[in-house]
Amino acid sequence: MQSLPTQTHTDTDYAIEIKDMDFYYGSFRAVKNVTLAIERQKITAIIGPSGCGKSTVLRSINRMNDLIPGTRVEGQILFHKQNIYDPRVDPVQIRRAIGMVFQRPNPFPKSIYENVAWGARINGYRGNMDELVESTLRKAALWDEVKDDLRKSALALSGGQQQRLCIARALAVEPEVILMDEPCSALDPIATLKIEDLMRELSVNYTIIIVTHNMQQAARASDLTAFFTMDEDRAGIMVEYGRTDQIFTNPRDKRTEDYITGRFG
Amino acid sequence: MNLSRQGHLWLATRHRFARIWQGIFLFSTLFALAALTTLLVTVINQAFGLVAVENKVAPSTLADRPLEQLSAGELEAILRDRLNSNRIRTLERNLGPLTDMPQERLYTLVLENVVRPQVVESFTLYESLTQRTEIITEVANNHPQAVIEWRNWLHPRFITTPMNPQPELAGVRTALLGSLYLILITMLIAFPIGVGAAIYLEEYADHRSRFNRIIQTNIDNLAGVPSIVYGILGLAIFVRALGFLTSGAVFGVTDSNGRTILSAGMTLALLILPVIIINAQEAIRAVPSSLREASYGLGATQWQTIWNHVLPYALPGILTGTILAMSRAIGETAPLILVGASTVIFNDPNGPFSKFTALPIQIYNWTARPQAEFRHAAAAAILVLLAALLTLNTAAILLRNRFSRR
Repeated sequence: MQSLPTQTHTDTDYAIEIKDMDFYYGSFRAVKNVTLAIERQKITAIIGPSGCGKSTVLRSINRMNDLIPGTRVEGQILFHKQNIYDPRVDPVQIRRAIGMVFQRPNPFPKSIYENVAWGARINGYRGNMDELVESTLRKAALWDEVKDDLRKSALALSGGQQQRLCIARALAVEPEVILMDEPCSALDPIATLKIEDLMRELSVNYTIIIVTHNMQQAARASDLTAFFTMDEDRAGIMVEYGRTDQIFTNPRDKRTEDYITGRFG
Repeated sequence: MNLSRQGHLWLATRHRFARIWQGIFLFSTLFALAALTTLLVTVINQAFGLVAVENKVAPSTLADRPLEQLSAGELEAILRDRLNSNRIRTLERNLGPLTDMPQERLYTLVLENVVRPQVVESFTLYESLTQRTEIITEVANNHPQAVIEWRNWLHPRFITTPMNPQPELAGVRTALLGSLYLILITMLIAFPIGVGAAIYLEEYADHRSRFNRIIQTNIDNLAGVPSIVYGILGLAIFVRALGFLTSGAVFGVTDSNGRTILSAGMTLALLILPVIIINAQEAIRAVPSSLREASYGLGATQWQTIWNHVLPYALPGILTGTILAMSRAIGETAPLILVGASTVIFNDPNGPFSKFTALPIQIYNWTARPQAEFRHAAAAAILVLLAALLTLNTAAILLRNRFSRR
């Protein structure tokens, strides 16, 4: 197995390059011909109607779809110039470097402290764990709310706090890229705004890709936006990709315009 | 909505149907409760009551105090006084020198050999409580020598003494120890193998492969195979084919054949394996996929995910299945008869290669005896079995609650 370089910023302009990617559930092609270059330390939003394959594409980036039997990726996804679907690449290593935050907050049924510490521990972290937990919770803007009950069960937190804990948990293993799969869909508007502020702060150091149903959220929080839709054969395709203000004010494609103005079927 | 027009909603009919079903469910519960109560009442009715005892030698002629209170030396003196020297020699050859025996053992010997009490008539708890005067007159007519006394068939001595051909002296010590030993061996084998198989089948095996589907179907069917079939299997494999191992011959044990506690434990382990596997699979399948994804998403390997998240989450469910399986194993009789549980045995099991008996075997054996007194002993043994089962289950449930998600 080849080891991936851990230093960022040097080798390419892009954090991740998706090239001619097709995705199959069995014989059904769910996503076709996606080519997408994700810029470093930017927030890239993927928007589109239900069933257009945006979550599938996102979950392909850290090989999360490997867990679903009968799925297959064709094409390439480059991370540090290495195709992550190369048989020599270990998905465990990919997922450590490309973290993920899920649609519903899913903290481990353990203490708050243990939620943050576990990922670091299994990845061989040897430093001061208390410091790591504190600094990570601070990065996730959660420290002040939980510092007095780190031993409490994470399930006792509110939904918004749980989701920020999940972000902290992902940060603790020091990934380069963070994938967010509709992270605010189960949260109220105030908790949503907190997460968006947090994403903005994190984008200084991390590359963030977010799938969202919420167009205001994409417009508010992202630097770049990719619009996906469904083709006639029900396969997801990428229609348009560009700077967020351009996509929302001056879309080039008719389908994008229909979608963002709410005229989509 | 116009409330006066809701007649067409058939509300009254729907509510009536709901009440009928509720009544049916309530009836089922009450029926089960009644059946359970009947069982317990019947057993308890047999386990306590009046008996008419005829002593060959009245204890009052042996000593001026109750026999239990005599010292070991006094009891030994009674034995040497009352028994002829041949009998003493036989006893010492079988059991060791009288001088070395504890008081308890000597007391039993005095009862067995000197007093020789014989229960000539016994009564149930209900009869004893409601027809006391009739019982006294009846016994006085039939057995003028007999003394009427209250007998708890379930008493501490019943648990601490081994089997005895005389029902009034018989105990379940050997059977109780045998059952506990058996369940220990069974669980030591069945739990790790069962949970291991469940983990493999759920987490690693490819569910689409024909081979794994065949295995799965077989396990599901094996859970319903009658226990006597497992007995035959155990007899063929553990007692006969692997006799050199289960008899302990390869470990230097010479006085034994394959009909050991180890063979029986392995047979029971086979019997409950499917139950443990199916329940553990169910528990593992109930672990939410979001938990697995969270773990994988942090760069955990499959094994780290299983060990740190899947198993802890599934453990309460796995233990519930194990408790059910254990309850089944402790009550099994048929396979034990086939693999050769002894029905008359006086020595405690002292290792995996010893001969053994178990509580269900003892109960079965006693209920089949012609003397009515043994049925009282069987009732008491049933209570011991139920108590042992309850104790084991409580321990397992406490263990499970410790592991439960807070």
